[in-house]
Amino acid sequence: MNALPWTIYTAFAGALLALVAGARSATAARAVALLTALAGLGLGLFAAAGFTPVAAPQVLADLPWIASLGIRYHLAADGISLTLVVLTGLAATAGILFSWNIEERVGEFFALYLALIGGVYGVFLSADAFLFFVFYEIAIVPKYFLIANWGSTRREYGAMKLALYSFAGSALVLAGLIWTYAAGGAQGFSLPELARAAATLPRGEVIAIFGLVFFGFATLAGLFPLHTWAPTGHVAAPTAASMLLAGVVMKLGAYGCLRVALPLYPEGFFWWQGIIGWLAVIGIVYAGLIALVQDDFKFVIGYSSVSHMGFVMLGLAAANARAVSGAVLQMFSHGVIAGLLFAVVGRMVYERTHTRQLEALQALPLHRLIPFAAVTFVLAGLASMGLPGFSGFPAELTILMGAWTTRHLWALVAAAGVLVAAAFTLRVIQVSFFGQTGGSPAAGHLDHPLEPISLAEKLGALLLLATTVLIGLKPDLILDWVTPALQSPLFQAVVQKGTP
Amino acid sequence: MNALYADLFHALVPETILTVSALLVIGFDLAVGRRRPLAARQTLAVFLGAIGVVTALVIGLSNGAVGSVFGGAMMLDAFAVAARAGVLALVLLTLGVVTAAPVTRQPAEYVALVLFAAVGFLQMAVAQQLLLGFLAVELASISLYVLAGFDKTRPESAEAALKYFLVGAISAAFMLFGFSLLYGIAGSIAFPDIAHALIYQPMSPLLAVALVMVLVAFGFKAAAAPFHLWAPDAYQGAPTPSAALIASASKLAGLALFWRLLWGGLGTVAGNFTLGHGTPGWLSIVAVIAAASLLLGNFAALAQHNVRRLLAYSAIAHAGALLLGLIASGQAGPGPLYYYAATYGIATAGAFGVLAVLENFGRCQDLADLAGLHRRSPLLAATLLVFILSLAGIPPLAGFVGKFAVFVAAFQMGGIATPAGWLAILAILLSAVALYYYLMILKQALVAAPAADAAPVKVPAIAALTLLAAAALLIGLGVFPSLLLQLVA
Repeated sequence: MNALPWTIYTAFAGALLALVAGARSATAARAVALLTALAGLGLGLFAAAGFTPVAAPQVLADLPWIASLGIRYHLAADGISLTLVVLTGLAATAGILFSWNIEERVGEFFALYLALIGGVYGVFLSADAFLFFVFYEIAIVPKYFLIANWGSTRREYGAMKLALYSFAGSALVLAGLIWTYAAGGAQGFSLPELARAAATLPRGEVIAIFGLVFFGFATLAGLFPLHTWAPTGHVAAPTAASMLLAGVVMKLGAYGCLRVALPLYPEGFFWWQGIIGWLAVIGIVYAGLIALVQDDFKFVIGYSSVSHMGFVMLGLAAANARAVSGAVLQMFSHGVIAGLLFAVVGRMVYERTHTRQLEALQALPLHRLIPFAAVTFVLAGLASMGLPGFSGFPAELTILMGAWTTRHLWALVAAAGVLVAAAFTLRVIQVSFFGQTGGSPAAGHLDHPLEPISLAEKLGALLLLATTVLIGLKPDLILDWVTPALQSPLFQAVVQKGTP
Repeated sequence: MNALYADLFHALVPETILTVSALLVIGFDLAVGRRRPLAARQTLAVFLGAIGVVTALVIGLSNGAVGSVFGGAMMLDAFAVAARAGVLALVLLTLGVVTAAPVTRQPAEYVALVLFAAVGFLQMAVAQQLLLGFLAVELASISLYVLAGFDKTRPESAEAALKYFLVGAISAAFMLFGFSLLYGIAGSIAFPDIAHALIYQPMSPLLAVALVMVLVAFGFKAAAAPFHLWAPDAYQGAPTPSAALIASASKLAGLALFWRLLWGGLGTVAGNFTLGHGTPGWLSIVAVIAAASLLLGNFAALAQHNVRRLLAYSAIAHAGALLLGLIASGQAGPGPLYYYAATYGIATAGAFGVLAVLENFGRCQDLADLAGLHRRSPLLAATLLVFILSLAGIPPLAGFVGKFAVFVAAFQMGGIATPAGWLAILAILLSAVALYYYLMILKQALVAAPAADAAPVKVPAIAALTLLAAAALLIGLGVFPSLLLQLVA
């Protein structure tokens, strides 16, 4: 457990090393990046192996930092952090395997990629709100450059929109945190201290601050109607960056809502609860319906991400132990599945056929040309639809059951969203991979043969597939970490009251 | 009396060293520089100047805070020592920028003028008296006017100098008028005596006029809206090192002087701007100027295509945040304000340094002129990234901590019950607007491909060292902000 902070340090060190190595040889930069990501995954799994779930977060580091403001370098981890740290390790490793073929400015690509990963690890391990915020913003800038430099469709637009949405969201969070600290007379930025300060504020201010902080974070989580950066950003991003964006970056927002907004301002949360729940439910159905009519393959996946993140937000809004632990499970599950879907679309299909238009793909017998991609996508699609045996099933089921106890109607509408998800997933599987079934392999539509799926891609896909099946068959692996963490005093202020 | 003069001399050692080294710079150039190439003369001048600045910096720091000097004309407290050190560090950075920029025809005179301006800055940092304060501002300003118009080959430089001079002269008139009224009201030119006299003075029309006059002059010095009009033209036309000096050291010195005047001398007529229970005073006026600067600076910067004008509007926006820091320093002390002004100076001088290097290799005015900098010079692109991200306030760079400290201090004045809290929220939200134009610079430098005819860039060693040191400072002070915050506390 005590080795967890090294995930952060190795990622940043790896970023520098990749930059230096990239100046000499692209292969060296790739190797550095892969080793760094594997080290992060290894540290996460090592910590997981020795983890005994308890309520209180375990302190990993606690040093005075900015004395005059009471800010400390305070890292801590509980089951929720650990889940997301492991997810980050998985997504980072898979992302590097799927960007093995990047040829342009390789060192810089992996340096930015690893810097982003370092920021993400930092957010998941921070126990001081200031430190949390620092890492949260560190993750913004690399995203911009990853997309603007190595992206595809309308990359500069997508990158700028993403950066501005993220930064505007974080500005709201910053305003809320400073407000709490200064007006509440806090002595520092540790979460319990801020919660104590927030409790002294008048109710109206708490409601306003919760709005700032929660919706600031929810912007990055893709909560309807703040989600519009997500599809354009995902589509514009290079494959590895889409995988990270959907896989872990959107989780940063949801994690911020869960770790900071809810426990600090329970009073504010209960005022906003109904609105948040409905926005989440609307997002699930609305994004699903939009995904149903997209003609760009990647946009379908982009909107499906927004829809699935709606489940996370619904779990948080329902605010009982079952729904919230389901939300964490869904963060993990969606991180893995979305990574897989984006890998197939961006790397396996688009970089080979150079088109993502469903109409054009329909004319190709992709299931024969790249069968591995077809099988992977079908499995990932089934997982994404929430079929039993894959991680999406226990996650969404837990959330729906939790939401039912809070408000029946939310669960009903969200369940309709599951049907929509099945519809758009089946449609896209059918159209993209099995459009051209009978007849000859119409390779004539292509002016070049498709290169075979590389070993790196196969490894990355298998890693993610194995994870989703493992968690699908044994969701308790994660739920056993998460449920005790929700017993900590900070979460009890919200989670207990929410259970009828 | 002798002891008094000994004290005075002791306090003025840094100024003396700067003056002597300015004379040495000119003398050496006259004696040995005549038949040498310009580049060698410039190196020699900068080298001598830098030695003087470093010596002054070390002596200023080692003498430390000695308190009131020469019957209270100067105040050498912890803040003054820190402000002097900050000003000298920024002047040193500017001298580094001088080596990067194209060589002027009178390099020794240029360096000497920078040093004379620095003497003015040092006096601004310690003056505790109206007359000395005014003289210090004038000494600095007149040097800066000449520095702005130093490039006689370009009409833009002359235009910049003329605009800067005309507006500056008018603001000096305002300042002098305001000071004379203050003297008339309080019967003294020493800040503590003025503060004492004003305790028993109700707010009178005459006092209001005096305050407004002083604030107008201050708004000009800080390039705050609506007194900002000179800034974009001066930044665009002036030689790059001059622009760097105007944007960095000059601003820090101005804030130091006006912090001492407004809170030390006029603190009793600051008024109370709590919403609903306000009493008149200068706080409300400064709050309005801050809001105007934040809004105008950030939104006008969005429309700029010229890098220097963009940096000028960003400077106006930062002036708004600095004024917020000035408002908050009445309660929180000058720590956050000082940290913000010093680190802002480093970042903006560094950005001008990058432009100065580029000027040697072709046009460097429009955003598009930066295209493909990452191919032309990875070093310049990397340091520019640090400078711009620090200006944008991205952690873990110093610009973020500065903003954070200022906003916290502003909020601590009374939360949302005072305009300071609302201004802090406004500034935080506008930082998202600011990110757009900062990213426009970085997009050109780090994403766009270079123009077909763009020459590769070779960065001179001293300039490279300067830029790297500035970037390292921004990272180091961002990660360990207490280093600088402790200096003032």
